Amino acid sequence: MSTFLKNARMHRSLMIGGVLTLLLLSVAVLSLFWTPWSPTAIDIANKLKGPSAKHWLGTDHLGRDVLSMLMSGSQISIIVGFLAVSVGLLVGVALGALASTYRGWVEELIMRMSDFSIAFPIIITAVLLTAILGPGTVNSILAIGIFNIPIFARITRGAANAAWAREYVMAAQTCGKGRLRITIEHVLPNISGALIVQATILFAVAILAEAALSFLGLGTQPPEPSWGKMLNNAQTFVGLAPHLAIFPGLAIALSVLGLNLIGDGLRDVLDPKLARAR
Amino acid sequence: MIAFLLRRIATFVATLAIASVVIFAALELLPGDPAQIMLGIDAPPDALEALQKKLGVDRPMVERYFTWIGGLVVGDMGESFTYVMPVSELIMTRLGVTLPLALLAALISVAIGVPVGLYAAANHKTPRDYGVMIFGQLGIAIPNFWFAILLVLVFSIYLGWFPAGGFPGWSAGFWPAIKALILPAFSLAIVEAAIFARISRSAVLDVLREDFVRTARAKGLSRKSTLVKHVLRNAMIPIITICGLELSSLLVGTIVIEQVFNIPGLGRLVFQSLTQLDLMVVKNLIMLLVALVVFINLVVDLLYAVIDPRLKHQGH
Repeated sequence: MSTFLKNARMHRSLMIGGVLTLLLLSVAVLSLFWTPWSPTAIDIANKLKGPSAKHWLGTDHLGRDVLSMLMSGSQISIIVGFLAVSVGLLVGVALGALASTYRGWVEELIMRMSDFSIAFPIIITAVLLTAILGPGTVNSILAIGIFNIPIFARITRGAANAAWAREYVMAAQTCGKGRLRITIEHVLPNISGALIVQATILFAVAILAEAALSFLGLGTQPPEPSWGKMLNNAQTFVGLAPHLAIFPGLAIALSVLGLNLIGDGLRDVLDPKLARAR
Repeated sequence: MIAFLLRRIATFVATLAIASVVIFAALELLPGDPAQIMLGIDAPPDALEALQKKLGVDRPMVERYFTWIGGLVVGDMGESFTYVMPVSELIMTRLGVTLPLALLAALISVAIGVPVGLYAAANHKTPRDYGVMIFGQLGIAIPNFWFAILLVLVFSIYLGWFPAGGFPGWSAGFWPAIKALILPAFSLAIVEAAIFARISRSAVLDVLREDFVRTARAKGLSRKSTLVKHVLRNAMIPIITICGLELSSLLVGTIVIEQVFNIPGLGRLVFQSLTQLDLMVVKNLIMLLVALVVFINLVVDLLYAVIDPRLKHQGH
């Protein structure tokens, strides 16, 4: 653990990513208790104002405070990201682990299923879900979560199959442990590094996808503030009030950048072999 | 090779078959009478009855599924009730905008991404390489629809070089049509270019570590000709694979970008039919998009087999 920390401290992208992500999390937590203004308070008299001492990042077409909306909007991004990755992680790892534990037709079936899912990109799944359920945050979580399942399944199976060929697994087998028990006790803990890296990167993908879905009107609905929705509104007024388009986009880009940097950094730190090769 | 080809095509057909069942079943889950949903609550009874008959809601589900599939095979996708024209005709017109847009974006992203990646690899671990890596990180973190809005802000509103949105149609002439597609294509392309740059860079670096590169250098070949003759050829395999796969994400990306630029392609059709609950269009459009994505994957796999001779003999 101490070498992990030492490596982590020396790793530049991990540091930058960590700072950005910590900032995102703190803003989200802070917005639960405090925002400069109410993110939903409408003040038409002060609409489309640029940044000022009163409204640091300006106001939107309804006179709402952009900074407050951005702060509250981070909550939706994090919630959707967390739940979508959790859905993918729980179901995907279970399927991947089953495939690698029992091999044979179980593996064949699970892997063909995951091949099939290529046919359904996030937006198409979201469109289908919207036709059935109507638009909403749940759509985003489901569409992104479903998309994540085969990715986790494939990574888990690949890493687990490699782990099954290792000596410590053979040792466990000679002790007479069952296959499922070996997977849970030995294989999964040993591939957790690869899974953490993947989860971080998919968290970033989820934030991007959530923003795209709310932008398109398939995801989070007003008055709940979300970054994608803010950009959608900003589009109409981009000539009059460019600040409306600039800040939410920056918030998305910096959050995604932070998580991606952490993912890349963790891969280097958790898997030194790969790090040296890069 | 033939066994591989046959198996791959069988998978393609099976995937499409399962996808069609999923799409059909998902839309069947809609509670209530589809004709009622499409026309609204206060629809006149005779119109309702006519649509019910057209949709065949009175017939069993399995029969309706096979009628749909049978129609798809011969290119009959039913009729859109909001546009009052055959869905296939509607989709073909829109495809004439979306496909050129996706291809233009693919072209731009390859033209930028691959050379930039090769340049970074050739200058591995120098400031130039790090510069490219930063571009790569930023490129994949920026949402394409945000980039699109920024492009409109700079190139349409401030500079006035390109239209901020809309599409004059191909009948307006080649140049005006292309001009309307340039900003959308660039907003799609920049993210993909970042991905291509990263992939090309690491593909070249992987090949550089191979033994045959050391051999080529040892027998006296210059750095440059080793790079061109041996490294590039081998690095092309992963690069082409990713390019192909990214083509399907470009296609899906057009759904978002068409919304930003108000371009009457498949993406806009998706949302128009979704808000108008024109289910006949939604169903066939999703099926078409899925089929295109799966088809692109098939082509990439086959191409891969042609390029990489090792695959020919393994079969899988």
